[in-house]
Amino acid sequence: MDLCPSIKNILLLDSEGKRVAVKYYADDWPSNSLKETFEKTVFTKTQKTSARTEEITMLENNIIVYKFVQDLHFYVTGGEDENELILFSVLQGFFDAVGILLRGNVEKKEALENLDLILLCIDEIVDGGIILETDASSIASKVATHSIDSGAPLAEQTISQALATAREHLTRSLLK
Amino acid sequence: MAQPIVKKDDDRDDEVEYSPFLGIEKGAVLQEARVFNDPQLDARRCSQVITKLLYLLNQGETFTKVEATEVFFAVTKLFQSKDNGLRRMVYLMIKEISPSADEVIIVTSSLMKDMNSRTDMYRANAIRVLCRITDGTLLTQIERYIKQAIVDKNPVVASAALASGIHLLQTTPEIVKRWSNEVQEAVQSRAALVQFHALTLLHQIRQNDRLAVSKLVTSLTKGTVRSPLAQCLLIRYTTQVIRETAVNTQTGDRPFYDYLEGCLRHKAEMVILEAARAITELSNVTTRELTPAITVLQLFLSSSKPVLRFAAVRTLNKVAMTHPMAVTNCNIDMESLISDQNRSIATLAITTLLKTGNESSVERLMKQITTFMSDIADEFKIVVVDAIRSLCLKFPLKYRSLMNFLSNILREEGGFEYKKAIVDSIVILIRDIPDAKESGLLHLCEFIEDCEFTYLSTQILHFLGNEGPKTSDPGKYIRYIYNRVILENATVRASAVSTLAKFGAMVDSLKPRIFVLLKRCLFDNDDEVRDRATLYLSTLGDGSVTETAKDVKEFLFGSLEVPLTNLETSLKNYIQDPTEEPFDIQSVPKEVKSQPLAEKKAPGKKPAGLGAPPATLSSTVDAFEKLLSSIPEFRNFGNLFKSSAPVELTEAETEYAVNVVKHIFDRHVVFQYNCTNTIPEQLLENVTVLVDASEAEEFSEVGSKPLRSLPYDTPAPTFVAFEKPEGVPAVGKFSNSLRFIVKEVDLATGEAEDDGVEDEYQLEDFEVVAADYILKVGVSNFKNAWETLGPDFERVDEYGLGPRESLAEAVNAVINLLGMQPCEGTETVPSNSRSHACLLSGVYIGNVKVLVRLSFGIDGAKEVAMKLAVRSDNEIVSDAIHEIVASG
Repeated sequence: MDLCPSIKNILLLDSEGKRVAVKYYADDWPSNSLKETFEKTVFTKTQKTSARTEEITMLENNIIVYKFVQDLHFYVTGGEDENELILFSVLQGFFDAVGILLRGNVEKKEALENLDLILLCIDEIVDGGIILETDASSIASKVATHSIDSGAPLAEQTISQALATAREHLTRSLLK
Repeated sequence: MAQPIVKKDDDRDDEVEYSPFLGIEKGAVLQEARVFNDPQLDARRCSQVITKLLYLLNQGETFTKVEATEVFFAVTKLFQSKDNGLRRMVYLMIKEISPSADEVIIVTSSLMKDMNSRTDMYRANAIRVLCRITDGTLLTQIERYIKQAIVDKNPVVASAALASGIHLLQTTPEIVKRWSNEVQEAVQSRAALVQFHALTLLHQIRQNDRLAVSKLVTSLTKGTVRSPLAQCLLIRYTTQVIRETAVNTQTGDRPFYDYLEGCLRHKAEMVILEAARAITELSNVTTRELTPAITVLQLFLSSSKPVLRFAAVRTLNKVAMTHPMAVTNCNIDMESLISDQNRSIATLAITTLLKTGNESSVERLMKQITTFMSDIADEFKIVVVDAIRSLCLKFPLKYRSLMNFLSNILREEGGFEYKKAIVDSIVILIRDIPDAKESGLLHLCEFIEDCEFTYLSTQILHFLGNEGPKTSDPGKYIRYIYNRVILENATVRASAVSTLAKFGAMVDSLKPRIFVLLKRCLFDNDDEVRDRATLYLSTLGDGSVTETAKDVKEFLFGSLEVPLTNLETSLKNYIQDPTEEPFDIQSVPKEVKSQPLAEKKAPGKKPAGLGAPPATLSSTVDAFEKLLSSIPEFRNFGNLFKSSAPVELTEAETEYAVNVVKHIFDRHVVFQYNCTNTIPEQLLENVTVLVDASEAEEFSEVGSKPLRSLPYDTPAPTFVAFEKPEGVPAVGKFSNSLRFIVKEVDLATGEAEDDGVEDEYQLEDFEVVAADYILKVGVSNFKNAWETLGPDFERVDEYGLGPRESLAEAVNAVINLLGMQPCEGTETVPSNSRSHACLLSGVYIGNVKVLVRLSFGIDGAKEVAMKLAVRSDNEIVSDAIHEIVASG
């Protein structure tokens, strides 16, 4: 009996349902082929919806919240008893953090070129199913801090830029 | 919307070469990983290589043991670099590889150094990595640092340590439990997520100590928990405490309810939802308690956010199963959701409406649904079909329009699962609503005239064979069945032949005609079809209008004595070593093996999917009946009357978990003890329950069924049967102890030692009470049913119940005592009312329908008086009900 909210997986797929980055926390899908089948089912089931804003569905006793932008599809899966809004806060955190990290240029090509950032981002959001952080600017700043390369001013620039975007994002959400 | 996406895909084909991972190959990347060994590390390059490796793993590529080890050792070299970004990737890589114990030692010192670094990010991540890959022995070395980290002033470090603690508690609880003080301090943290993680860990450390959890909840619900996530958690813990205390005291005022209600006004929607859901799931929730929760959910229904609408309608859907009246206020909002863009929401709205609808709104709803059905996917349609089935069972008078709806959608396009759901529904309706039988059978006949699914055709033919002969004009089905013999594939033909034979055997007047048809089947080109026809022709007599002998019917259509799965394994074994001896059916074991496992899951399982209806009571009784009749010793006990809910006979988390299900027969009771062995190192054999029935005078033990072996974590039943006077609701108390032979199991090989030790384990007592002899069966119109039964065997009497805590508590107590089904929502007592009327219905042992009218009154001194009026078909039963109350 575990009452703590838990995340079963985080998926980032492209517009054909192929993996960009995925992370599974639950043992519901023990093999890679089962994982791929799940991704395929999720993708086909949600493909028809446009999901420019967030959307939600149920599949195999799981709740899946999702959001699409350009050719990227973001999914977060939780158990059927999970609080939908908790799952959604994770999705929102992931979605916005990726937006900050890719400097608003959220598309597959950019995501693959910055795959290290995406992977670190997922790592900062959930640890073994437990939610670590859902605030997009905190997540992004944690990931971005890591790209400080003391010797390289180029990377320095990246971090200040990322922080600026983070700040901008923060003010935007305050203005809303 | 699909258009632009497709177009984009076409463009992509040209762009594809821009992917940084195009043509990536494992071997090449592993070669590239050699740069990790360079004396002058190029941090950027190394980071890129790690990203590539992670990309491969992420795409499902796997490394062999050797490759993983090589990568791991190479990666450890990178700790020399001072580059933060690279270090972060190194952490990620180590977690992904999950090195073996002897490899972990290599990185331990580097990670421990990082754990004490001044950089917060190093500390946080090093802890997470180390805790992920470490084992118990190493943990004691680093325990000191983790304790420090838990109270670190940087929230990221504290969260990392706490989250790691939550994971470690699963593997090394004894160590993590020592961190209690630090965790408690962290609960007071100002950082939202630290508080959330600390609360999670603290609760998990204490979860087996009810008092401590209760204290924790009491203190926190008074204080201010800042983070919404932590608040949600606290709500969950609170409901758990409520659940556990509610069992002990059934007072009117629920502890902590005020806290939950207060959360409905929280500023975070997440918390509001959690609280609303918690309130709706309280056991025996009253209308007054429900109202504020329903109100906020109703507001959510018109939210612009799909997630919120979904959450609200899903919760209301669940409430509708138990308190349909409470949800009716939201019906207007719900009807507008039928056209919601999100089909999950629309389907949930429809099924909720189907549950809350009253008899008069059925037609209108069906009209709305018909248009809705055409544009949703099969899986949603199945949910709707299930909901319509339960609606039809609720309002049997409306079966015509609902049956019509089902037959219409049966004719439309649809996949196998969907069609199966419809056919199953029609079959259930035919079984439960006698008036619907003839029309339902005809709908099914029409369906098999044009059915592409062999499985469904054969199922329907089988069902037709059982039900068709019992109708007023069995002859009219023959044409449909014989058409199958002419038109279908061999499987369907064979089952059509069997169905024809059933008609011949059951309806004597049809026999000559059936014989003509069966004779034609002798020329079929399939062996099975010919064989069946020959068999039936030679056993059913000479084709004249004579009654078929009973033993012939039994031989042809009776059920098999052994479970099919057992027969299958026995036959497989027989084929494997061929002998001259013919197969002997007596050698097939009659024990049902895997059944109890599925059984245990079923009741505990929450209603699956989109508002699927809860498993009906009858279906679990069916399962029990099947299970019991498979045991030869109990087979002659007759029909199973009632199976009680499982009663726990052990505390949670003991070595052996046992619960008992009481099966009531006319002259017997059978106790099914479901045992679970929770010790991996033990195998129990020859498990029996020793029952002391000295406090149950009317019962005498007649037999038992020991459990041959009980391996770890595989629940299995053992049975004890008692005889009791026929039709008498004998009551009594039983004390039990579990007896078994313990054998040690070597965990490495999984094999048990040969010698065992006999042992005994004391279980708690339980009682057979009067309520066990009454089935909860509702009636849709109590007044009609009451009038129909008439006053012939009415018994009325008045009782003083003495001082009670509240009227609601008194009503509840009487309902529980009688074990009958409250009708028309009369089990809920409005607060502050001085009197209350309650309607109950049920079926008494011997299949006697019983209706009860209760009138309660309470005076200033909380003295409760009750008038009890009972009607049934049998005065003895009416008296027996009074007897129950008088002696209770």
